[in-house]
Amino acid sequence: MPALFSSFFAGALPMKTFRGVHDIGGLPADELVPSEHDYALWEKRVDALMVLLSRKNLMTVDELRRNIESLGADAYDKMGYYERWIYAITQTLIQRGVITIDELGSRIADVQARVDDAN
Amino acid sequence: MTQTESVAPLFRAGDRVRVREAYPIGHVRTPYYIRGKSGVIERFCGAYPNPEELAYARPGLPKQPLYRVRFRQADVWEDYRGKDEDTVDIEIYQHWLQP
Repeated sequence: MPALFSSFFAGALPMKTFRGVHDIGGLPADELVPSEHDYALWEKRVDALMVLLSRKNLMTVDELRRNIESLGADAYDKMGYYERWIYAITQTLIQRGVITIDELGSRIADVQARVDDAN
Repeated sequence: MTQTESVAPLFRAGDRVRVREAYPIGHVRTPYYIRGKSGVIERFCGAYPNPEELAYARPGLPKQPLYRVRFRQADVWEDYRGKDEDTVDIEIYQHWLQP
């Protein structure tokens, strides 16, 4: 790291407080209630999408994790497991230039219109 | 740099190591609670592209040696009330370990 960077920002970041929202080992938590559940079709599709993108070298599991970790604390807690996955997959594909935000927006609008027509 | 190039392993099973006490921003693969703690190398797990670089779509080369490190629970948690011989194993990359 350039010396300028570390000296310029000295004091800007509390030294021992940067802790990722996901990095909860040892923190107090609510009681854990284990339960079995089936996966919804969309959840299986998200899992399959990740497998395919990995095999095609379009993303790594490390990028998936990084993007999940970058969720705000509130979103991280509220989103389900595969909701976090599809969020992170989408972020990664935009970051890599595989898809554009505009393409994504247009496609979501198409799907929304289809859903609206069906209702 | 080739896909096969690895950083030379610095530690062997049985060596005492201390996890770096660092708190960088970014994708970090070493749990917060273990930073600054001391343990013993349980085994060498092989060398792999650095996940902290892979997370940003960079190649993560040369490969970093990965170790399974064993810590006494009593050394990890200040108020640990379990048995003295209780341990926790964590896989940690070499660049996070000091002699």
